[in-house]
Amino acid sequence: MASSAAVSVRAPGAVFGRAGGALARGIAVCYLSLIVLVPLAALIWSSRSQGVQSFWDEVTKPEALAALKLTLGAALLVAAFNAVTGTAIAWVLVRDSFRGKGFFNAVIDLPFALPTIVAGLVLLELYGPNSPFGVDLAFQRAGLVLALLFVTLPFVVRAVQPVLLELDQEMEEAAESLGAGRIAVFRRIVFPNLLPAILSGVALAFARAVGEFGSVVLISGNIPFKTEVSSVYIAGQVESDNPAGAAAVSVVLLLISLGVLLLIGAFRHWRTQHDR
Amino acid sequence: MIGRYALRFGALGYLAFLLLIPVGLIFYRTFEHGFQPAWDAVTNSQALHALWLTLIIAAIAVPANTLFGVVLAIALVRHRFPGRGLVNAVVDLPLALSPVVVGFSLYLLYGTGGWLGGLSEHGIKILFAVPGMTLATIFVSLPFVVREVVPVLREIGTDQEQAAETLGAAPFTTFRRITLPAIRWAVCYGVVLTTARVIGEFGAVSIVSGRIEGKTETLPLYVQSQFEGFNTTGAFAASVVLALIALTTVLAMRIFRPKEGVA
Repeated sequence: MASSAAVSVRAPGAVFGRAGGALARGIAVCYLSLIVLVPLAALIWSSRSQGVQSFWDEVTKPEALAALKLTLGAALLVAAFNAVTGTAIAWVLVRDSFRGKGFFNAVIDLPFALPTIVAGLVLLELYGPNSPFGVDLAFQRAGLVLALLFVTLPFVVRAVQPVLLELDQEMEEAAESLGAGRIAVFRRIVFPNLLPAILSGVALAFARAVGEFGSVVLISGNIPFKTEVSSVYIAGQVESDNPAGAAAVSVVLLLISLGVLLLIGAFRHWRTQHDR
Repeated sequence: MIGRYALRFGALGYLAFLLLIPVGLIFYRTFEHGFQPAWDAVTNSQALHALWLTLIIAAIAVPANTLFGVVLAIALVRHRFPGRGLVNAVVDLPLALSPVVVGFSLYLLYGTGGWLGGLSEHGIKILFAVPGMTLATIFVSLPFVVREVVPVLREIGTDQEQAAETLGAAPFTTFRRITLPAIRWAVCYGVVLTTARVIGEFGAVSIVSGRIEGKTETLPLYVQSQFEGFNTTGAFAASVVLALIALTTVLAMRIFRPKEGVA
């Protein structure tokens, strides 16, 4: 900036110019507020206006609490499982070579692209009462976990893949030439480099699992205290005209989402620190 | 060597059981009694209306999020302003938030007694109608274009934009001739992701739509209503339409995806 004394250059990259910049900012903030912030403010307002006590009562109702516990438990399990399988799949897709690798790599994105209700329908057909494999997981917690595994599959794979591609293999070769075994190389060299990416992928998968609705609504059967997760509970409360109950649990889910985003921000920060 | 094969077959087998067999089954179940019943199931008036509604909502939500996504990305990367951190966090929120919570928030905002609930008395119907469904869809698909464009804008830096400016280009010319060509593939990729999400959105739309058959039913909602009404053929036939859109999306992702992934 200082070197271009002769020509007056505006603030770094002021696309649209100064007035245009203000306009872009204004439009961006208005759009976000209109679409995202105002509805969420309405949610928080409505749960707040009932008072803390009634909010707490709604959250700790046995059915709501059971749904919340199941949601968190299933999401944690799925996130942990994804940490392992996602890393393994990313490893196979980057380091292994075999025919059809491009195909498998493309297929990873399917759960992002396939509508969740279609995923739920198909999983119910495949692992439900009519299962061609004779595996009936419908209306059971295992079915719920299966649906969550389907929709969260891409997160860890897609987070780890680019980092693994960029990882310098010389470090691993050096370690091997110094006598480290394959497991030691993975544990001491590869894993620490992948960890921030794995954790951000896991956090996203966790958030997705906590909020998932479309794919679980059919296969889980929504049995209270058994297979009913929080998102289904909220929908049920809306339908049975108890907005207070729906609002209280919604606020809890919103707080969990915000917490996860904060964590992901921290992992991202950690990763950029790591790179330097 | 054995370990490598075990890992390969473990990973691919997992993918096959979780992804490939289920998706293949949609096609099998739909066409197991031949092409005609499936064709009839998706060409009845209710199914066609659901498809039409899905496309209309996509035709509004995708351009809106593309346009504002680019503006948001530029504001986030190229400008410093108070509240920028908050904006950055809010942009990611729809990725982490349950669609049911999104739908319910809109339900509270535009419903009876909500802050904007009065609109319906003035003849502006938002809840249980297409505008509300569109707003819900825009909410859940908001981050995709922004998230794809932001890293590219960061990477290209500002040198060329500044050069254009010093050569006398008007701000909009700079954007059109310098910035836009640089981010166009990221925008395309973002549009593909947005479209996929918009077409398949279920949770948020199901809350705000009121599920009026033949009126506020999108294709994913139609799948559920047919399945619950024991019309499995109809549910699977509509699923095939959605799955075909999804497969096209995956193909488009391959084309537009930035160079990461397998070389």
